[in-house]
Amino acid sequence: MLLTVKNLSVSFGGVHALNLSHFNLLDRELRVIIGPNGAGKSTFLDILCGKTKADAGEVSFDGHSVLGKSEVHIADMGIGRKFQKPSVFPSLTVYDNMLLAFKMNKGIFASLFFKPSKEIHDRIHEVALKVGLQKCLGKIAGELSHGQKQWLEIAIVVLQDPKLMLIDEPAAGMSDEETEKTGELLLQLARQHAIIVIEHDMKFVEQIAQDLVTVLVRGKLLMEGTFDDVRNDQRVIDSYLGRANVQLENF
Amino acid sequence: MGNKKDFGWYACCIALFLIILPLGNVLGFVSGNTISLWGRYFCFAIVALGVDLIWGYTGILSMCQAFFFCLGGYSVAMHIVLRGATALGINGIPMPDFMAWNQVESLPFFWVPFQSFGLAVVLGLLIPAAFALVFGYFIFRSRIRGVYMAIITQALALAMWLIFLRNETMLGGTNGLTDFKTLLGLSLSTPGVKLGLYLLSLLTLGIAFWLSTKLVDSKFGKVLQAIRDSESRTSYTAYRVMHYKLAIFIVAALLAAVAGMLYAPQTGIITPGRMDVRASVEMVMWVAIGGRGKLKGAILGSLIVNFLYSICTSLFPDSWLFILGFLFIITVLYFDKGLLGMLETVVAKLGRMRKPAAEPTGREVMQP
Repeated sequence: MLLTVKNLSVSFGGVHALNLSHFNLLDRELRVIIGPNGAGKSTFLDILCGKTKADAGEVSFDGHSVLGKSEVHIADMGIGRKFQKPSVFPSLTVYDNMLLAFKMNKGIFASLFFKPSKEIHDRIHEVALKVGLQKCLGKIAGELSHGQKQWLEIAIVVLQDPKLMLIDEPAAGMSDEETEKTGELLLQLARQHAIIVIEHDMKFVEQIAQDLVTVLVRGKLLMEGTFDDVRNDQRVIDSYLGRANVQLENF
Repeated sequence: MGNKKDFGWYACCIALFLIILPLGNVLGFVSGNTISLWGRYFCFAIVALGVDLIWGYTGILSMCQAFFFCLGGYSVAMHIVLRGATALGINGIPMPDFMAWNQVESLPFFWVPFQSFGLAVVLGLLIPAAFALVFGYFIFRSRIRGVYMAIITQALALAMWLIFLRNETMLGGTNGLTDFKTLLGLSLSTPGVKLGLYLLSLLTLGIAFWLSTKLVDSKFGKVLQAIRDSESRTSYTAYRVMHYKLAIFIVAALLAAVAGMLYAPQTGIITPGRMDVRASVEMVMWVAIGGRGKLKGAILGSLIVNFLYSICTSLFPDSWLFILGFLFIITVLYFDKGLLGMLETVVAKLGRMRKPAAEPTGREVMQP
């Protein structure tokens, strides 16, 4: 078991944002989390990567506790995060964005006396090819399209070589074609990394949900199962309908 | 092509500052005052490099650089004043005249190390660095940034200014330290020493620029820009942001201190007026006007603004602040990349205008 979560809870101003009884993830598993707005999906990822502090509970990653550790420490342990809104370094080139992410000693003096090597160069080109940015390496990241920024951020996470990738709505704001490409990319990455993906787009979920799908509603675990189980579950349909989200029904 | 253009710039600067001005001084048609004036501008340019590193590259608006500048300046000034001291304390150790006027009986303990030039230089670097380390540690640990950073550093500058103003601080109070006579046995009023200090400032500026360029071009420099762009992304990419911020804060403080050390002997006086909030704000304005985020812009801005200051204060003595304010507003509104950015845009436009004319000849060559 790569990730074990028990009785994790956090509340903001008295409102229970998350109250998760259990959540387990295997190594190299691709897990999709769905749920209506405000279900605590992003909050869950925020806790896993150290952005938000949990009130109570246990999170064990690769045999070590995660709670209470700093963002940098958690990143060093092997958890990489991709945010919903693309978060890259807009004034640096795509290549430099990826270079900074590359897993290496990231202390001050190591950075000061860093010498580029062929190994790093090749790896960056390899990842760039994988996310389809091989022609934009010299471009300033701020000039990329929205979809390309999303891919660049995925590339940044991949180059950190994490054991677990936390990916928040990768297809948001993408065209159908871009969405499908992103799905293929995630499936490919799942062969080497464990991945947790949050997604709203049911078509996209169907494409990537090869293993289990977890449904969160109002901070609680509603159910866990295969995509077909989830799609046909009356409680899931109700919770989405209750939110006037007809996407699932139409599907 | 960019390198060739840069080379031209460097050649012009070297020709003007390293050959024409000093040679003119030796031959007698450039006055010693002009030489000292430009020597001081170079000191300001060194501070501006530090401001650009911390603000332009890392995005931390530090408004207390003038304080670090004065820490350097005071340490050298204290040494010079001690060497020229004529009054004697009750224990027989010489002490500056102003202390005797203030009924101080003997040299205060913290003045003692400054009797040695070597210790004065070391302390002039060590104190600002240690100050930046401790103060920076508490600010950056609390994740203070943006406007709050600007306010808290201004508060520091103000507090320190008030402390230095007091006679009880034993640093000369409002009058500061003056009446400089000799440094390392050399009389500071002779033209040769003035020229020497000018050349030393120019050399230091050159070295500071070269080192800053190295720093900015290294991966360290890229991390600084990454922090400016997205601090959270930098943390999630496993960089300890606080270490980097502290390091660059110390580097900027050291640059300011070195500049202050060179500034004091060339000016002949250092007062708390050099470290008030306005002085720090002006340093930030030089960089903004010259071109933030470019080292050359910082140097250009500090030299031009200070040169203008010297001209304007003699032509229209009362209007300097209006002129500076006007320049600053124009820069913020229309030239957010500063003078250097404006120059580059103009050069690029001229280049484009020239290109279509040049193209046909290129095709003619290719056709046969």
